[in-house]
Amino acid sequence: MTTDTPTMTNNTRRQLLSAGTALGAWLLVGPAAANSDELAAAIRNFAAGAPVKQGRVLLDIAPIVDNGNTVPLTVSVESPMTATDHVTAIAIFNERNPQREVAKFTLTPRSGRARVATRIRLATTQQLVAVARMSDGSCWSHTVNVNVSIAACLEEVV
Amino acid sequence: MARTLIKLPASAKRSEVIEIHTTIGHEMETGFRPGDDGKILPRNIITHFSCHYNDELVFEAALYSAMAANPYIAFHTIATVSGTLRFSWEGDNGFRHSESVALQVT
Repeated sequence: MTTDTPTMTNNTRRQLLSAGTALGAWLLVGPAAANSDELAAAIRNFAAGAPVKQGRVLLDIAPIVDNGNTVPLTVSVESPMTATDHVTAIAIFNERNPQREVAKFTLTPRSGRARVATRIRLATTQQLVAVARMSDGSCWSHTVNVNVSIAACLEEVV
Repeated sequence: MARTLIKLPASAKRSEVIEIHTTIGHEMETGFRPGDDGKILPRNIITHFSCHYNDELVFEAALYSAMAANPYIAFHTIATVSGTLRFSWEGDNGFRHSESVALQVT
């Protein structure tokens, strides 16, 4: 009887530990995976059925950001910007802000150059994706990881 | 009245690609942030920006909460003929603002 008790305790402990590990793993992976799924869904929605290929787009942003409240970035796309071959839209998506979309720009042959600069908010260290849609319907993207020291929304702007 | 800052050359050569910088004073309240009373502050952002060159749309943007306060957007256009560039911002709570700037094309 006395020998059984420690065994039971060990089992319970083991179960508890594994349950704890599983919960920990879910907390780490679960929400992040859900965010990545949402990000992929937002990009698919923008691409409207076209496969999104890597290349032709350059998302220029600092890899380490001190203040997430205002983060400058530039998106440039390789395109002649003629009436027959131009960029029709550029969108910026994020992985871990409350909402996946950041901005969607509509360009025309009258734009002359496919380059847009703006300033955005980043809630935390995360992935950013710029996607360009061309006049032939093809979609191109560039993904960048950004480290954020001071998050937007949470801390007061000094 | 919102304060705006629009930077573009006063004159340009025909077919020259010019860069336009625009900024508008706006808090861009995200709708995800609690106020002092702990309640979420209602969203108040600019959702749409456009640039018309002699009434022809040359550039447009849909903006979300992840845009920084005082939205800054820089883009390009081809100088075709002398005329007016009209910049318009629209947002939550019926926000509307518009500015016109003349461009001389030589």
